[in-house]
Amino acid sequence: MEKAIKKYWPIFLLPTLLAFLIGFIIPFIQGVYLSFCRFTTVRDATFIGISNYATAIGDATFSHAFWYNCAFVVVSTIAINLGGLAVALVLTSAIKGRNAFRTVFFMPNLIGGIVLGYIWQILLNCVLTILERPLLALDATAGFWGLVILMCWQQIGYMMIIYIAGLQSIPDSLIEAAEIDGATKWQTFFKVKLPMLMPSITICLFLTITNSFKLFDQNMALTGGQPAHQSELLAYNIYYTFYGRSGPQWRGIGQAKAVIFCLIVVVISLIQLKMTKEKEVQQ
Amino acid sequence: MRKQARRQGRLWSIVMTIISVIYMYPIFMVLMNSLKVESAISTGTAFDLPTEETFAGLANYENAIGTQGFLASLFYTVFITVTSVCAILIFCSMFAWYITRVHTKVTKALYLLCAFSMVVPFQMVMFTLSSMADTLKLNTPWVLWVIYLGFGAGLAVFMFCGFMKSVPVDIEEASMIDGCNPLQTYFHIVLPLLRPTMISVAILEAMWIWNDYLLPTLILDINKYRTISMLIQFFRGSYGRVEMGPMMACIMLAILPIIIIYLIGQKYIIKGVVAGAVKG
Repeated sequence: MEKAIKKYWPIFLLPTLLAFLIGFIIPFIQGVYLSFCRFTTVRDATFIGISNYATAIGDATFSHAFWYNCAFVVVSTIAINLGGLAVALVLTSAIKGRNAFRTVFFMPNLIGGIVLGYIWQILLNCVLTILERPLLALDATAGFWGLVILMCWQQIGYMMIIYIAGLQSIPDSLIEAAEIDGATKWQTFFKVKLPMLMPSITICLFLTITNSFKLFDQNMALTGGQPAHQSELLAYNIYYTFYGRSGPQWRGIGQAKAVIFCLIVVVISLIQLKMTKEKEVQQ
Repeated sequence: MRKQARRQGRLWSIVMTIISVIYMYPIFMVLMNSLKVESAISTGTAFDLPTEETFAGLANYENAIGTQGFLASLFYTVFITVTSVCAILIFCSMFAWYITRVHTKVTKALYLLCAFSMVVPFQMVMFTLSSMADTLKLNTPWVLWVIYLGFGAGLAVFMFCGFMKSVPVDIEEASMIDGCNPLQTYFHIVLPLLRPTMISVAILEAMWIWNDYLLPTLILDINKYRTISMLIQFFRGSYGRVEMGPMMACIMLAILPIIIIYLIGQKYIIKGVVAGAVKG
C-alpha cells in the first residue's frame, strides 16, 4: 500500500509543503540568518556577526521586558490555574444551572486580544479615575495587575473546561471508597482528586505559561508598553524594536531578540514534552 | 445530611450567579456605552447608565457601519477565515495521511518540522514572512489563505496525525485491493472517518484566524483592507481625537457574531478545545 500512496505524493504533499515553505520554513531560516546582519529590507543585508546579540542582551528595555514577563508568567499562571480549578470543582458538584455557568465563564475566551485589551482599558481606567489614581498609561504597576486581571478573565474559562474534563474522568468508585473510609472533603480533594488530576494540571500549567510568554495583542491594546517601556512584555518589545524605532541597526537587533525569545519558548516546550512523556510512562 | 447538602448547593448557585453577573459586566459596559452620545463617554463615566439626555439610540452603530467601514471589515474577516480554514482542512489532512501512512526519513522529518512550527512564536518570522508575502504578491485578502495554510499547518497536521495513528489501516488496504487508487481511498474511506477531528481543527484554527491581529496588519495594506481587529486598532492608533461612540459600537459588532456562533455551536467548540488541549 505504501508504494501506491508514494506515487501520489505531488497531490498529497505538495500543496501544504509549498505553503509551509512560504509561510514558515524559508522565513524562519532567513530570520536566523538576518539576526547576524545589519539590514532594513531582506535584500540589503550585510553580515556583521554576533554584535546584534550583544546589543540585544545589553538593551535595558529588553532585560526589563524579560523580568517583567517572567513575573507576569508566574503571577498569571498561578491565578488562572487556581481560578480555573476552583470554578471546575464547584461546577462539577450538583448545583443548579451548571451548563449556563460554564457557558458564561468560557465566553471571553473567544474574543480577540485587541478587543479584550480595549474593553479592559476603558473599564480599568474608569475604576482608576474613581479611585483618583493615575491612569493605566502612567502607572506600570497598575498596567501589570490590569494585564493579570484581563488574562484571568480570558483564560479561566478555558482551563475550567480542561479541569472539568479531568475531574469527570475520575471514577466515582474511588471517591466513594475514600468517603466510606471516613475521609473528609478536604482529604478527598488533596489525597484522591488532586493526584488523579495531575495530567490535566500539567497541560494547563504549560498552556498558561506559553500563552503568557507569547502574549502580544492584549499587551499592546491594554497599555502599549507605557509608561516609557515599563509595561512591555517580550513579544511587544521585539515588535517595537522592529517597527517603532528608526535607524538601520534596530531591525537586526530586533531579529536577534526574536531568536533569543524563540529559544526560550522552545526550551519551555521541550521541558513540557519531557514531563508529559514521563507522566505517560507512570500511568 | 442531605438537607445540608441541598442547602449548600443552593448557596453555591447564588454565589456563582453573582460571579457570572460580574463576569459578564465588561461586555454589558461596552453595550451601554455604545448607546451613549459622544460627549457622554469619558474615562470617569464609563460605568454610568445612559440617561435620557445621553441616550443616542443606534446612531453610533449607524456611524460604525456607514462611515467607518465595518461591513467591509466584516466581509474581509469572514472571507479570510473561511478560505483559510477550508484550505487547512483539505490540504493538511491529506498531508497528514501521507506522512502517517508512508514511513520514510522524509516524512518523519516533516512531522517533526510541523511540531516545531507550532512552538515558534510569530515574532520570529514576522519580518521575513511579510517581505516574502510582498515578493510573492500574497498581500491581498484573496490569497492570504496561503500564508495561513503555511503558518497554521503545524497544529492541524499534528492533530490529524494524532487521530490517524489510532485508525487501523485494514479498511484502507481493503479498498486499495478492491481497486481504488489512493485518492479515491482517501476521499471515500479516510475523510468520512476524520469528521470529528475536522470539526475540532476547524474550530481551533477559526478562533485563531478570526481574532488574529499582527499577521494581517503586517501583510495587508491597512489603507485598502482592514480586518475587524485591524479596524479597531486603527481607530485607536489614528491621530487626533478618538471617536469613542463608533468605537464602542464596533467592539460590540465585533463580539456579536462570535457570541451567536458560540451559543449555537457550544457543544462542538468545547469538545474541540478539550481535544486540542490534550493533543497539543
